[in-house]
Amino acid sequence: MKPAKFDYERATDVAHAIGLLKGSGGFTKILAGGQSLGPMMNLRLAQPDLLVDIGRIEALKRIEKTHDSLFIGALVRHAMIEDGKAPDTTRGYLRSIAGNIAYRAVRNRGTVGGSVVHADPSGDWPTAMLAAGASARITSANGARSVGLDAFFTGAYSTVVGEDEVLEGLSVPAFSDHARWGYYKICRKPGEFADSIGAVVIDPARSYARVVLGATDGAPILLPALASRVAAGQAVSIADAGAAIDAVHSGFDPFDRQIHATALSRAITKALAA
Amino acid sequence: MKQVTMTVNGRSVTQLVEPRTSLADFVREQLRFTGTHLGCEHGVCGACTVLIDGEPQRSCITYAVSCDSAQVTTIEGFDDDALMADMRTAFHENHALQCGYCTPGMLVTARDIVRRLPDADEKRVRLELSGNLCRCTGYVGIVRAILSVLAKRKAA
Ligand SMILES: Cc1cc2nc3c(=O)[nH]c(=O)nc-3n(C[C@H](O)[C@H](O)[C@H](O)COP(=O)(O)OP(=O)(O)OC[C@H]3O[C@@H](n4cnc5c(N)ncnc54)[C@H](O)[C@@H]3O)c2cc1C
Ligand code: FES
Ligand code: FES
Repeated sequence: MKPAKFDYERATDVAHAIGLLKGSGGFTKILAGGQSLGPMMNLRLAQPDLLVDIGRIEALKRIEKTHDSLFIGALVRHAMIEDGKAPDTTRGYLRSIAGNIAYRAVRNRGTVGGSVVHADPSGDWPTAMLAAGASARITSANGARSVGLDAFFTGAYSTVVGEDEVLEGLSVPAFSDHARWGYYKICRKPGEFADSIGAVVIDPARSYARVVLGATDGAPILLPALASRVAAGQAVSIADAGAAIDAVHSGFDPFDRQIHATALSRAITKALAA
Repeated sequence: MKQVTMTVNGRSVTQLVEPRTSLADFVREQLRFTGTHLGCEHGVCGACTVLIDGEPQRSCITYAVSCDSAQVTTIEGFDDDALMADMRTAFHENHALQCGYCTPGMLVTARDIVRRLPDADEKRVRLELSGNLCRCTGYVGIVRAILSVLAKRKAA
């Protein structure tokens, strides 16, 4: 339960980090909070040759509110959002999610950016940020680009972020005063990775509605058919949710299908009651 | 090997470490603060919880080399901490430990619960404790100890 040997460099800024990533011959990984990478390396599921520690790059800790969005720097820790250190532009959505990730000691070190790039299907931020309509700002030697999270996840533990790119942060559209949301995780124990996650954001003032299923075997799944129903204020039973799941994914076994349908239906019920 | 300088229990230390050395192994093996315990070594059990810059964090999945210039407090570093003194007494009085393996991490977490959540009720205390596993006590004594310190602080 100890990691294999690796080299370590601390990046002073984003350009330095990109230089270190590009310059290394072997298998190089960015280290942010280490709360996903650390366990994987201790279990030797990951054996990088070099870790590029971005943890001290102040520019990545930025939290910035604009008139219609909130930018959350990649290094913002879960606990900072839990403690309300970011302005609430989402009617409590982000704060509520942050406070229910893992345990406090993990939230004190784990980062939003690390969670999204790690893209663990059971992670909270990938599903939650996709439901909120967030986009990612990614920087490479060739400049920065912005990618909507609907085009960001390419599978389980897989994203469009290249090996010599750094996620700078996420831009989350501000919710209007009448936006409603619901988030429902099915976990065996508080703080444990979820068996299923349903996430719903409805914001009629922006003609916005998204329903997302997380903790599947791949990337979080958008369910536009359910989103239209929810936008129209229609309740969604577990059976309805199950049918909607069948339309987009046929591979779930009956147990997984049932808990996914349940998580979705409960998240929708919460959103409609909010 | 990389050189790292940090403050551990109020004392500045500069040492060479292998990058792969966890903060837990660093304080245990190189500094001989063996009160920090290792259970799972992947962030789940909480036995290794220490304060880094004042906040509880897992020392098993934090590399010592990444703690350069940090302030680290292990269970040996709370001699002058009034809240921790109360918590120790409460653990003693409420039979909140048996083998003691989980206790260093439990105390660090328990102290943080009282500091952060002065109004926590039993349900909240149990929720906050979900990241610290105890195989002996069944948690009843631990929860009672924390609640007693919360009550004492409220009354004061
Ligand atoms: C016991 C335990 C329970 C947990 N439970 C949950 C849970 O219930 N829900 C949940 O969502 N999470 C959970 N987590 C994971 C936790 O939220 C992590 O903090 C998070 O997934 C990763 O963030 P990090 O900063 O630690 O990233 P790291 O571990 O440092 O990095 C993760 C990956 O992302 C890459 N990376 C990191 N930052 C960047 C960047 N800016 N640009 C490009 N690549 C980057 C790294 O190279 C690595 O591949 C748990 C962790 C533990 C230890
Ligand atoms: S040893 Fe660190 S959490 Fe278990
Ligand atoms: S007292 Fe033995 S594990 Fe908690």
